[in-house]
Amino acid sequence: MDWFTVEEWTAIGLSLKVGTIAMVASLPPAILVAWVLARGRFPGKALLDGIVHLPLVLPPVVTGYLLLLSFGRRAPIGAFLAEHFGLVFSFRWTGAALAAGVMGFPLMVRAIRLSMEAIDERIEQAAASLGAPPWWVFLSVTLPLSLRGVAAGAVLAFAKALGEFGATITFVSNIPGQTQTIPAAIYTYTQTPGGDLGALKLSLVAAVLALGALVVSELAVRRRRGREGRA
Amino acid sequence: MISVDVALARSDFTLDVAFEGGQGITALFGPSGCGKTTVIRLVAGLERPDRGRITLGDTVLTDVERGVRLPPHRRRIGLVFQDALLFPHLSVATNLAYGRFFTARERRRVERDAVIAVLGIGHLLDRRPATLSGGERQRVAIGRALLTSPDLLLMDEPLAALDDDRKLEILPFIEHLRDAFAIPILYVSHSVEEVARLAATVVRMDQGRVAAIGAPAEVLAPTGLASAMHRFEAVSVVTGTVAEIDEAYGVTTIAHPAGSIVVPGRLPRVGASVRVTVRATEVTLSRERGTATSVRTALAGRIEAVTTDGGPFALVTVLLDGGETLYAYVTRLGFDALGVAVGDRISALIKAVSIDERGLAGLEAPEKRKA
Repeated sequence: MDWFTVEEWTAIGLSLKVGTIAMVASLPPAILVAWVLARGRFPGKALLDGIVHLPLVLPPVVTGYLLLLSFGRRAPIGAFLAEHFGLVFSFRWTGAALAAGVMGFPLMVRAIRLSMEAIDERIEQAAASLGAPPWWVFLSVTLPLSLRGVAAGAVLAFAKALGEFGATITFVSNIPGQTQTIPAAIYTYTQTPGGDLGALKLSLVAAVLALGALVVSELAVRRRRGREGRA
Repeated sequence: MISVDVALARSDFTLDVAFEGGQGITALFGPSGCGKTTVIRLVAGLERPDRGRITLGDTVLTDVERGVRLPPHRRRIGLVFQDALLFPHLSVATNLAYGRFFTARERRRVERDAVIAVLGIGHLLDRRPATLSGGERQRVAIGRALLTSPDLLLMDEPLAALDDDRKLEILPFIEHLRDAFAIPILYVSHSVEEVARLAATVVRMDQGRVAAIGAPAEVLAPTGLASAMHRFEAVSVVTGTVAEIDEAYGVTTIAHPAGSIVVPGRLPRVGASVRVTVRATEVTLSRERGTATSVRTALAGRIEAVTTDGGPFALVTVLLDGGETLYAYVTRLGFDALGVAVGDRISALIKAVSIDERGLAGLEAPEKRKA
């Protein structure tokens, strides 16, 4: 198709890749943190809650800068990961995914946590009384009953990842083919004479992708509700 | 045998109870807010006491002083809540099977087919909980708990969320499982009829403390006019044997040394021993047998005591022929007009329609009550 230039296709593909990886990689820790926040009773819970919400309230540029300070090539965590796992974040698409994941994390945790808190705790207690250890109660009762929240959280995080700009550009810059996602490409177009058409096209793509994600999650939830016989 | 001796203090509530329960049903009975449910949660391990010990047979479940606290999933205690709380995303069959995996093979002594038969839930196995009626849901919840072959079954107001017809539907199942599976049950209720009908031992609780422990007839007896406000909860429990079932009128006559008792409904078989719960407010006292009334039940006895405090009421204790005690709440005016005194012979009239089927142990499962 020649509606888009090669550069534009690259940005769209990269955005999808970054958004998907960011969403998939943050799901397990987000579910775990949401569970701990919803059901756990321990000192320091408010602190954990605060740290999780930090990317939501900090200026994105600050989050990006903090990522650079800790995951950069010569930064403590970044150097360790590069040396032992060959995982390099700075100025790579992986870094864009990390930035997008971190920015979407509070939204994901929030959605999952709310749906977990809505579950009657006594259903989990009934499962425990039937002999199920906590991890199995979590897998067989808590998680299936909060799938709507998980789906909602995943979509929110994916949409956030597609739109993430500030932290990404601060952390991994704006390199076409490597870290130039749709928002960064749009930004570049707006800075280039005659780039209006490209900016407009990519904006449309961003809107379509976000709507598509919303529809997919809605369908998943509907199907699930149908199976539970509540529809 | 379950043995509980615990204390717990919350900002708005203190609990300090000690009791033991054996085979059959031990009922925790008392007004709402008296701490019944907290006791259940302590036994299940869902709540932590400040002090004390809970043991089940040889197993120490909780011992605060020694730092023992078995987690809920290792207590082998079944739990049935007021609302069934089935797993909404699983079918009835999967709900029933949930605990099976965690019950060691050699401990499985409750058979799936027997439970399904006793509870009458065979036709529901493929359904989702959301499509069941309240009574069906509660039966599945009971079955789910039973199938783990628990050492103790906790039932927290299992009938409270059901309408009266459903209560009558479930009660026989509870009696049946008590007799068929020999699992001791700790049963929480604020319904005097349920407790009188089901329990071997009643623990009456009041404001976080044990007020009385004993057989239903003793514990549920009125404690004097101090509880006049609770006079509708004061009952007597009398025991007789089924003498005659009148199919035409749909009533059963129960033989008792003091006279025959007519109750509504068909009791299972002639010769069966039956417990009848009679509310003290539903007993009329009469100097003679009185055939000129619609009341068919007149029990003969002797007035043993009369308690009054100058208020409107009198609590009359009647020692029935045969040795059981029947209580009657009457007005002081009515009693004085009778012109009788302690030691005099008296007839106690009981309206059959005032006898709640819930308080009639041994009733057959009502037929054709399926939702």
